[in-house]
Amino acid sequence: MIYMDHSATSPVDPEVFKAMEPYFVDSFGNASTLYSLGREARKAMEDSRKKVASLIGADPTEVIFTSGGTESDNIAIKGTAYRLRKKGNHIITSDIEHPAVEETCKYLEKNGFKVTYLPAGEEGIVKVEDLGNAITDKTILITIMHANNEIGTIQPIKEIGEVAREHKIYFHTDAVQSVGKIPVDVQDLNVDMLSLSSHKLYGPKGIGALYVKKGVRLEPIIHGGGHEKGIRPGTENVASIVGLGKACEIAEQNLEENLKRLTAIRDEIIEKVLSGIGQSYLNGHPTKRLPNNINFRFTSIEGESLVLHLDAKGIASSTGSACSSKKLEPSHVLMALGLKEVDAHGSLRLTLGKENKEEEIDYVVESIKDAVDTLRKLSPLWCQVDE
Amino acid sequence: MYSEKVMEHFSNPRNVGEIEDADGVGTVGNPVCGDLMTIYIKVKDNRIEDIKFKTFGCGAAIATSSMVTEMAMGKTIEEALEITRNDVANELEGLPPVKMHCSNLAADALHAAIEDYKKKLAEKET
Ligand SMILES: Cc1ncc(COP(=O)(O)O)c(C=O)c1O
Repeated sequence: MIYMDHSATSPVDPEVFKAMEPYFVDSFGNASTLYSLGREARKAMEDSRKKVASLIGADPTEVIFTSGGTESDNIAIKGTAYRLRKKGNHIITSDIEHPAVEETCKYLEKNGFKVTYLPAGEEGIVKVEDLGNAITDKTILITIMHANNEIGTIQPIKEIGEVAREHKIYFHTDAVQSVGKIPVDVQDLNVDMLSLSSHKLYGPKGIGALYVKKGVRLEPIIHGGGHEKGIRPGTENVASIVGLGKACEIAEQNLEENLKRLTAIRDEIIEKVLSGIGQSYLNGHPTKRLPNNINFRFTSIEGESLVLHLDAKGIASSTGSACSSKKLEPSHVLMALGLKEVDAHGSLRLTLGKENKEEEIDYVVESIKDAVDTLRKLSPLWCQVDE
Repeated sequence: MYSEKVMEHFSNPRNVGEIEDADGVGTVGNPVCGDLMTIYIKVKDNRIEDIKFKTFGCGAAIATSSMVTEMAMGKTIEEALEITRNDVANELEGLPPVKMHCSNLAADALHAAIEDYKKKLAEKET
């Protein structure tokens, strides 16, 4: 199988799995206990914290382990909103956020907060000027993702952070898709909080981290035994934390090399598909996007069918078509780009990972071509376009 | 999520295409919703002697289109009108619940083609 759905999840790196193994049966201790078994677990956890911190340029004391990207986003956004409620009730975000941010904002809207959704526009990138215009004296939080999970576009986080600093407004970014794929440095990006998730960078699922800058205080949204500075209580998932740490360490070592290699594969696939298939388009900005993200649109065909055909050819991919979503609505990200529904249906996302090879390019391109051809021959819309 | 039978029809759809001198043509669905199908029928002695389809849509939309053409081929007009959406889904060994409503339009397209045939027939006779 050629797996090209790494933005959905990635396989656990065998090195990561090896690092985790001792922490199930042998070193199973509770990291809060005082005897040596517990201290061992504590030490493994703190080593891991250093590795996560190192990958994002943070101090280890600023890293809080969570159960993943969704939880990190929730803790950052609700935790800030509840803590600063007396100061203001206005939050600024974008219209292309992952549901972990989008739905959290919508929930807060139902509970007395006001949310401004900055438009990402045709290219899928928010404009810093729009942010300036949206800020009011009630604004308490800006939360804008670093890289989009569907179209891979990279947002001007550093510049947004500068504006946030000027206005002394807390700034959170969901960097679940960017960490490990492009350089992410919390100092350089001017962020106060940053979410990351292990399973997008060859670590296990169900573990992640939230960077919280020194001095930033959050209202806990989960209450319990005081673990992770009281922000994320609950007995620590040591094995997974070790896995996340190892994954971050490997990502840091290979970042530059993977970035270069995947960008080249990405661009070759894009070039070959756009030149080889009529009425095919790229969704999102052509270069300000993740090195591993490709998102095409083909007229007159529907994405779920395309994904099924590619699956039959041994290629794992995804689509923003409504027909493949639980809600039966087209992807809000593609709609935010200004696409018509019928065009949003025809999207195909390929997200590359380190196992993908240059030698796979031609097979993938040919398979896409075949599948698109087959479906267009079936499509009553295609003849109309043909004329 | 799809049954083997659905995947089989999706992968090898039967009766794809258009009939130039069709006796009846029926189109249902809406591309905005992701499904649009057209069914063409050729009728001789009150029997569907040829049937073809074209469909824009998901796996279920394509499979149900293919299935309904197979079910209607050779049937009398009356028999074909009795084919329901549920019959098509059953013949395919079931559809995922979310697809039952939106992508199971093939029986409607068949009925629309038959209505079109009847209308044309009535026009000819007057
Ligand atoms: C941008 C973004 N944010 C958040 C998440 C959620 O992360 P997790 O699956 O770890 O909860 C994802 C993963 O789907 C994502 O792509």
